[in-house]
Amino acid sequence: MEQLLSVLIGVLVAASVYLMMGRNLLRFLFGLILLSNAANLTIFVAGRLTPGAPALVPEGLDAPVGDVANALPQALVLTAIVIGFGLFAFALILAVRAYRSLGTLNTDDMRVAEPKDQV
Amino acid sequence: MSWYLTLPLVIPFVTAIIAFLLRNSPSGRWVSVAGSAAALVAAIALMRVVLDQGVLAGQMGQWAAPFGITLVADLLSAVMVLITAITGLAVAIYALGDIEERHEKLGYHALYQILLAGVTGAFLTGDLFNLYVWFEVMLIASFGLLVLNGDKEQIDGGVKYVALNLISTILFLTGIGLLYGMTGTLNFADLAVKVDQVENEALLTVVAMLFMVAFGVKAAVFPLFFWLPAAYHTPSFSVSAVFAGLLTKVGVYALIRMFTMIFDHDMAYTHTILLWVACFTMVTGVLGAAAQSDFRKILSFHIISQIGYMILGLALMTPLAIVGAVFYLVHHIIVKANLFLIAGIAKRLTGSTEVFQIGGLYKSNPLLAVLFLIPAFSLAGFPPLSGFWAKYIIVKATLDIEMWFVAFIALAVGLMTIYSMTKIWAEAFWKDHPDGREPALAKLPNRGVLLIPVAALAILTMVIGLMPEPFVVFAERAADQLLDPTAYINVVLGEAP
Repeated sequence: MEQLLSVLIGVLVAASVYLMMGRNLLRFLFGLILLSNAANLTIFVAGRLTPGAPALVPEGLDAPVGDVANALPQALVLTAIVIGFGLFAFALILAVRAYRSLGTLNTDDMRVAEPKDQV
Repeated sequence: MSWYLTLPLVIPFVTAIIAFLLRNSPSGRWVSVAGSAAALVAAIALMRVVLDQGVLAGQMGQWAAPFGITLVADLLSAVMVLITAITGLAVAIYALGDIEERHEKLGYHALYQILLAGVTGAFLTGDLFNLYVWFEVMLIASFGLLVLNGDKEQIDGGVKYVALNLISTILFLTGIGLLYGMTGTLNFADLAVKVDQVENEALLTVVAMLFMVAFGVKAAVFPLFFWLPAAYHTPSFSVSAVFAGLLTKVGVYALIRMFTMIFDHDMAYTHTILLWVACFTMVTGVLGAAAQSDFRKILSFHIISQIGYMILGLALMTPLAIVGAVFYLVHHIIVKANLFLIAGIAKRLTGSTEVFQIGGLYKSNPLLAVLFLIPAFSLAGFPPLSGFWAKYIIVKATLDIEMWFVAFIALAVGLMTIYSMTKIWAEAFWKDHPDGREPALAKLPNRGVLLIPVAALAILTMVIGLMPEPFVVFAERAADQLLDPTAYINVVLGEAP
C-alpha cells in the first residue's frame, strides 16, 4: 500500500509540475491544488499506514488495545485540507479578478506592476 | 503564568474582531491603535519575564509536550515579539493618516491586526505544524491587505505574491510530513533531541533542504525572491511598511530557528549552501536596487540584499555570527519599516514615488530629510547608527574565521547600498522638483500622525546606534540559547534543569 501511494504521489507531483509550467494562470492553480494533495498524501503515508485498526478506545478502558492507526497525521492532513481550501478559494477569486481587470490569464502578459521597458 | 505567552496573541485577535465590527465607524481605527498599544505592553511584560527567568514555556490545554501545542519564548522569540509590537503600533498610528475610509470599510484594520497576530504566533510557537498554521494566518491576511484596493497593479503583484507563497507553503507542509515520519514528533524541543537519533542522515538532509527552500521563499533569498519586488510597491504605504519590516523576517526567524536548533547534523553541506545563498542574495539585491528608479522598488531590493547579511550570520554559525544575525534582524525591521513610511510621506508631498519625477524635498522639508537620512545611513552601515554595529559584527565574524572574500562582498555591498541611497537622496531630496512644485510639509493634512511614528522609529535607530552595548549583550545571550538549546529543551519537555 505504501509503495502504491508513493507512486501516486509521484504521479501527482509530475502532473502538477507540468500544469504549473504552463502560462495559463488557471492551469497553474490546478497544478497547485494537485501539489497540495500530493503533500497531504505525503503526510499521510509518512505517518505509517495501519489499515483496519481505528484509534478507538474500547468501553471501560483508558487506552486502545493493540496496534491502532496513528491519529495525528490524519489530524494534520485534515487541518492542511481546511487551510488549503481557504487559500485556494482566495486564489481562484484572485484569478477571476485578474481576468476581469487585466483581461488575460496568460501570466506572460501580466506586466502592469513590472518596470516599464526603457528604450 | 502562561498569560504572558498568550496575551500577545489574544490581544490582536480581540482587536481584530472589534475593529471588524466597527469598520464602518471612525472609531475602528482608534481600536486598532489601542489594541496595538496593549499588545506592546504585553510584549514588554513578556520580555521582562523572559529576561528575569529565562526561557518561558506554556502547554496549551494542559497537554504536556511533546503531545500538545507548546508556546515558548526564549530571548530571540521575545525580542521578535517586542519588535513586532513596536512596528505594529508605529504603523497603526501611521495608518490613521494613510488609509482611505473606503479601505477601512473593507476591513483594513481587522486584517492588519490578524497579520500581526500571525507574525507574533509564528515567533512564539514551539511546534512545527503550529508554525505552519501561523504562517497561513499571516499569509491570508497579507493576501487581503495586498489587493485591498483592487487596482490593476495590485492584482498583478498579488497574483505573483500568492502563487509563489503558496508553493512555498506546500513545500513546508511536505517537509513537515517527512520529518514527522522520521522522528515521530513536531515539537521543536523534542525534535532537537530526536533528530540526533535519526539513522538515515542523508534523508534528513533532504528534508532540511525542503525547509530551506520553503523558508527561503518566505525570506526572499536568492534565487527565490522574485515575488517580493513584484508585489511590495503596490499596496498602501502602511501595508508595504509592515510587510517590508516583518513578513520576510518571519522567514529568516524560521531559518535561524531550524538551522541552529534542529538541522545541525550536516553543517558542511547545509550551511555551505546557506553561505553561497547569502552572498548571492546580498549582491543580487543591491544590484537590483541600483537598476530601479521607484522609491519603493529600490527599498524592496534592499530588503533582499539585507536579508543576505542575516543569512550570512546564520551560515557562518560561529557564536559571534549568530549574535550578528540576531542584532541585524532587530535593527533591520525598525529601519526598513521606517523607510517605507517615509516613502509614503514623500509621495504625499510630491505626488509620485518615481524618483526622477519628484524632487525638492530637502529645500522645503529639512526635517523630513533628516528623518530620511537616519534610517538610510543606518541601512548602509554608517557609524554611529544601528546598521554600523550590525554590519560590524557580521564582518568581524567573517574575518575571525578568515573568510576574506565573503567579508569583501559584505563590505562592497554596503558601499553599493550607499550608492542607491544617494540616488534617492539626490533625486528626491536634493534636486528641484521637475514641475517646479515646492512640496511643503506644513500644508500636509494629518502630518502629525504620519511624522510621529517615523520620528519614533528614527529615535529608536539612534538609541541602538549610540548605546549598542546592552543590545549586543542581549544578542549574545540570545545566540547562546540558540547554539546551546539545553535550557529550551528542558523547560519545554518539563525536565529539571
